[in-house]
Amino acid sequence: MSNHHKDAAPIMAPVLTTTFKAALLLSLTAIGIVIYRFANGLGPVTAMTDTQPWGIWKLFNVIALTAVASGGYAVALLVYVLNRGKYHSLVRHGLLTSAVGYTTAIFALGIDVGSPWNFWKVFGWTWAWNFDSVLLEVALCITAYLLVLWSEMSPAFLERWSERSDGLGKFARAALPRINSMLIWIIGLGILLPTMHQSSLGSLYILAGPKVHPFWQTPGLPLFFLLSCWILGYAAVVLTYIITSARYNRHFEQNKLLSLGHVIAWIILAFLALRVGDLAYRGQLGRVVSGDPFVLGLLAEFLLLGSGAVMLLRLKTPKLGVIFRTGVLIILGGVLYRVDAVWIGFRPVGGAMYFPSLPELIVTMGFISMQVVAYLLIIKNFPILDAMPREKRPNLKPQVQA
Amino acid sequence: MTVKRRDFLRTVIAAGAAAAVPAAAEASGTKHAPEDAVGMLYDATRCIGCKACVVACKQANDMPADTRLDPLHDMPMNLNDRTRNIIKLYEEDEKRSYVKRQCMHCIDPSCVGACMIGALDKREHGIVTWDGNLCIGCRYCHVACPYDIPKFEWDKRVPKVVKCELCNHRIADGGEPACCEVCPREAVIYGRHKDLLAEAHRRIEASPGRYIDHVYGEHEGGGTQVLYLSHVPFEDLGLPALEDKPASQLTREVQHGIYKGFVAPVALYGVLGVVMMRNKRMNEKKENGEGGH
Repeated sequence: MSNHHKDAAPIMAPVLTTTFKAALLLSLTAIGIVIYRFANGLGPVTAMTDTQPWGIWKLFNVIALTAVASGGYAVALLVYVLNRGKYHSLVRHGLLTSAVGYTTAIFALGIDVGSPWNFWKVFGWTWAWNFDSVLLEVALCITAYLLVLWSEMSPAFLERWSERSDGLGKFARAALPRINSMLIWIIGLGILLPTMHQSSLGSLYILAGPKVHPFWQTPGLPLFFLLSCWILGYAAVVLTYIITSARYNRHFEQNKLLSLGHVIAWIILAFLALRVGDLAYRGQLGRVVSGDPFVLGLLAEFLLLGSGAVMLLRLKTPKLGVIFRTGVLIILGGVLYRVDAVWIGFRPVGGAMYFPSLPELIVTMGFISMQVVAYLLIIKNFPILDAMPREKRPNLKPQVQA
Repeated sequence: MTVKRRDFLRTVIAAGAAAAVPAAAEASGTKHAPEDAVGMLYDATRCIGCKACVVACKQANDMPADTRLDPLHDMPMNLNDRTRNIIKLYEEDEKRSYVKRQCMHCIDPSCVGACMIGALDKREHGIVTWDGNLCIGCRYCHVACPYDIPKFEWDKRVPKVVKCELCNHRIADGGEPACCEVCPREAVIYGRHKDLLAEAHRRIEASPGRYIDHVYGEHEGGGTQVLYLSHVPFEDLGLPALEDKPASQLTREVQHGIYKGFVAPVALYGVLGVVMMRNKRMNEKKENGEGGH
């Protein structure tokens, strides 16, 4: 079952839509800013300082958005490990969101670091590896995962190319069975590697010690980052799947989305219960009622995630509008948890706060646009989404705007 | 296709067992200053704020003057990309004190724990130095340092990380840090870490009431090779009240606890492989036997 995507087909729709053009324009603007950044250093472009040394590119594009891009990981876990074959049609879609998400995250890292020309040494100078460095593990792991993701995606490309009569077609026909026979081991890596680096993204901040507010500074960071990545990955798959399916008149089973929603809801409840337990264990519950302003962030996380989970669990018959809205709540809540832990709650000695500059924000949006551009190009040229026409029109009009 | 609850549970239990194997983490241990550790002792009660050390530091390390506030004078507002050592004034009501800030040369530095391939490392005499050849400019050292010491050249195309390296080039030639050499009041002195710690305690005992009865840096964050004596609370001087156990040690405990000997990832991969192969076989059997669902 590892690779039966019999029903997937390219979307037959024009590429140059308004959405596509707008995303392309934003991407090109971002590239312009990036060129300026390399000519003049990070200072003139960003609002980062020595006390707030990590800005929106790392905190949001890498730390928060790779969790949102964990769809491929989350769905693979369901389908291949827990053997929930009914979600199989979500696999390629989930993998593609992950592949484009992680690719832009690596770009974001590449322009954020001061000396990217030294980056290869992280891979090449193995004798210098510092095994105490959580960041080393994250860097190696994310890079390896990027290769794994595109390998997992490769059958979709090869299937399409194998229809050609030229050399590429020949290559694709030869490569496809080989890739397919190895695929299960690649998928295994595709589950192992995110388990490692998504939890380690949380461990990174244990080293910041008292600079992270006690609501979020805990040895439990790796566990909470792992759970939040599952939550965000599943929710993002559901949301993007609803949007693309509605946009391109794809068939989709609403029952599938609802039962997936219930999985998300239970993970959220476990996550929130563990968070409360962690706060209690570290004696920080009193601080919640002490008028500490950071409690607002904490409460917002609990409200967004909790209400999303409860709404999903109370839903007995699939209502797409509700599933969509809860998905939005959950994404906001999950992203807020990560943003709280590494950004809002990051309080250096001087107490300086960080807010991104306009060019930083444009580049951040540019990176997201690049994901949209790549996603649209690929689903329109390669077999990712199910080809069957939609049986029933879902009542989704207010949300169709993608 | 339905999965029996029992199968599901078995999967979960197998995965859990794999994760538990390396749970017996080795104690990643408290680090101690190396035998040949050197450092500085700064005595806030002796400092008159003349800033001779700031000037000497710039000369010794070939650092440019910071004229961004005033084109005529070297006037850094804080430690920054052009300033490795600074004198600040604390003043509140009747109390006042100068304080000298520079790298603390931690015994178990968070910046060194952060650094991927050891651009920042504890080298001879326990001095924390920076090697630009190994630096990617990720600034995780900035995130990690509890004293906010590393500074970044934000305006440079090829940026460096700037911090006090205890004039290790002078020490290698048998000298001492420039700031200690020029201090007219011996408010900051250079020496072996052990000797400085003894001297700090001797001063507190010799002059009861002159000092707060505490040597800052003896235990804070696992200890630092730069030590402080003061008559005003250390926190007022911007020296944070840190727990004795450094964040770098806790990070090692968590990280090496999870990844000890790389057993857990390999075991997890093995379990994933077994489970997925079994699922695949089961599904194939089912498809062949029942012709699909």
